[in-house]
Amino acid sequence: MKSIYLDHAATTPIHPEVINDMVPVLEETFGNPSSIHQYGRKARQILDVARDVIAKSIGANEKEIIFTSGGTEADNLALIGSAYANMDKGKHIVTTMIEHHAILHAAEFLEKQGFTITYLPVNENGRINLDELSSALTDETTTVSVMHVNNETGMVQPIKEIGELLREHQAYFHTDAVQAYGVLPIDVNKLGIDLLTASSHKINGPKGLGFLYVKDGVRIDALQYGGEQERKRRPGTENVAGIKGFQRAVELLNNTREEKVQTHQMFLDLFLKILETEGISFSINGDRDHAVSSIINISFPGTNVESLLTNFDLAGIAASSGSACTAGSVEPSHVLSAMYGDSNERTTNSIRFSFGLANNREDIEEAAMRVASIVQRVKR
Amino acid sequence: MIYLDNSATTKPFTEVIESFQKVSERFYGNPSSVHQFGTDAEALLRKAREQAATLLDVSPEEIIFTSGGTEGNNMAIKGIAFAHQNRGKHIITTQIEHPSVLDACKALETLGFKITYLPVNNMGCVTVEDVENAITDETILISIMHVNNELGSVQPIEEIGDIAAKYPKLFFHVDHVQGLGKVDLDFKKSKIDLCTVSGHKIHGLKGTGLLYVKRATTLFPLFHGGGQERGFRSGTENLAGAVSFVKALRLIKEAQISNKMKLKTLNDKLRNCLEAGEEVVINSPVNGAPHILNFSALGYKPEVLIHALEEKGFYISTKSACSSKDADESAILTACGFGFDRSSSALRISLTYENSIDEMITFCEAFHDVINSVLK
Repeated sequence: MKSIYLDHAATTPIHPEVINDMVPVLEETFGNPSSIHQYGRKARQILDVARDVIAKSIGANEKEIIFTSGGTEADNLALIGSAYANMDKGKHIVTTMIEHHAILHAAEFLEKQGFTITYLPVNENGRINLDELSSALTDETTTVSVMHVNNETGMVQPIKEIGELLREHQAYFHTDAVQAYGVLPIDVNKLGIDLLTASSHKINGPKGLGFLYVKDGVRIDALQYGGEQERKRRPGTENVAGIKGFQRAVELLNNTREEKVQTHQMFLDLFLKILETEGISFSINGDRDHAVSSIINISFPGTNVESLLTNFDLAGIAASSGSACTAGSVEPSHVLSAMYGDSNERTTNSIRFSFGLANNREDIEEAAMRVASIVQRVKR
Repeated sequence: MIYLDNSATTKPFTEVIESFQKVSERFYGNPSSVHQFGTDAEALLRKAREQAATLLDVSPEEIIFTSGGTEGNNMAIKGIAFAHQNRGKHIITTQIEHPSVLDACKALETLGFKITYLPVNNMGCVTVEDVENAITDETILISIMHVNNELGSVQPIEEIGDIAAKYPKLFFHVDHVQGLGKVDLDFKKSKIDLCTVSGHKIHGLKGTGLLYVKRATTLFPLFHGGGQERGFRSGTENLAGAVSFVKALRLIKEAQISNKMKLKTLNDKLRNCLEAGEEVVINSPVNGAPHILNFSALGYKPEVLIHALEEKGFYISTKSACSSKDADESAILTACGFGFDRSSSALRISLTYENSIDEMITFCEAFHDVINSVLK
């Protein structure tokens, strides 16, 4: 039986062209970019080009990109780094209840260090309320961190409106765009973003790599100390081959984003249609008018997450109950709890399906049929 | 082209690249996912961790995969400082550490920690007595590198470990980035609590490495998030990176065993041949690590020599990137008590097992040609 991977929000397969671009760098341009000889200079050139391509992909300039070891590090650097660098302006940070744990746990750490954190709620459609954000802001607020696309539900937050709201406020605007970067066009200047997190392995690039965009003039403290790399904001010998691979993944995005989004939409429509045709009762979590087509979170009344996931897995369907980053546990989703309340059954009977490179039309049809038959079987 | 800058970075082994490629293609699942793609990835990660543990003679749960040496050093130093500051706020290190140790310590100073930067003798080594005398009731960490990256001097880690072990509330961290695969270090015998190693210095990939954290040692994490790596290092695991790192670790250990005296032989050849030149003073101690030879060409600007050698197809380096007022001056050589002439004209050759005696001879010839043709 063919395994079908519907968990692209957890991680994505690396694109063959990405690997193809990395191998020659590993074999030939292995120098340390800080070395002054030719090996070093050639490695430096690769970095420079990649930084430029990646910066342009979000409308930034190359000095504003800090390569990191991934989304988690970039989120930590953004939140903790900006909190400490701007303590003279205040010790208040605003974020939301539905962020990734890389933000939520960094925020909890800051709370222990004496910072005040406001966790904005979301309504049933999975979005924050701008008025609530507005009234949460104080003279002490130094950073507002709101994710662009939620990893569990695919819900898109009103990033542009938040950017506008913050234009007249001292607070920096950070957005965790890990899930958005591959599917939504982003222009940091138009959206009023000061700090932005992206991750390579969510866009068919290598794992262990990401970046933080830091708008020119925005102050952040480093989390690590050492050499002069990344303008001293992230020391350590640069992962040159990985960064070259990341560049290729970004170029592929630039060229195929719209096409990809249409394909995801086609997959999604097809998937839901088959569930309907098979007479499955389900409801979709969140408001699909404000969602990306690559992620959908579906509640199956009368079932529970654990038995669904176990049976899906046995049937070769790889889906998830939300964030893979809760290290193996199937805890009730904090995102769905924030949307519907702790006791709502949606928190224990919902599954996230996320589409991408590993899928084709036949896979989606086959997966939907298998899902439908399992849901029917396990229903109480 | 002869690359003699293996302390800066190394060329990845072909097998390492192959294993990175294979794992990237076949095991792309997130090890934290509960489905087959995730559990397959998780099983492979577990196997890599077990192999790393076997190769380093430690337990699998003592291995934390990192993004490299800088992260390992920061995680160890900041992690111990923040987790154990209620026991004391004093840290002992040396004047010749890598910037990732020195700058982490300097950052801690701004947070109220007291740091003792031990001096070194003219062999580039701290003395065991100095370490012992520096310990106070407030000391929570001793962080000392095994092999110095510029000089190749080898610190008396085992003896320092014996002393550290006499103080139960004190942790002992070793930056083993330059020593791994070249100079043996027994983590347990040396009573080490934390040890940093890096992939790209042993023909592995950049962006890979690990931190050994002895069982029952608590660390404050550098990053917060999903709780991977036992909560010490959140973030989706770089599975292909980890597997390829372990492959490099195995291969470098094998190379070390099968080429026992090779680096020493090459190094001696270089040393004798370079020393013959009047302008040359060897800075590396005779009993140092076999893969590093640091020397000064008195009166010459190191960068000029480097570029002249480069034209002849030889790649070596000056000091590593570190903070010094004079662009050419090596803080490490200055710490050894060498005068400005010597510490501002230093060059470093760093070898790998793939180098040959012929390469040493041709390098020496080229070097003497360059010295004769370049103006002081």
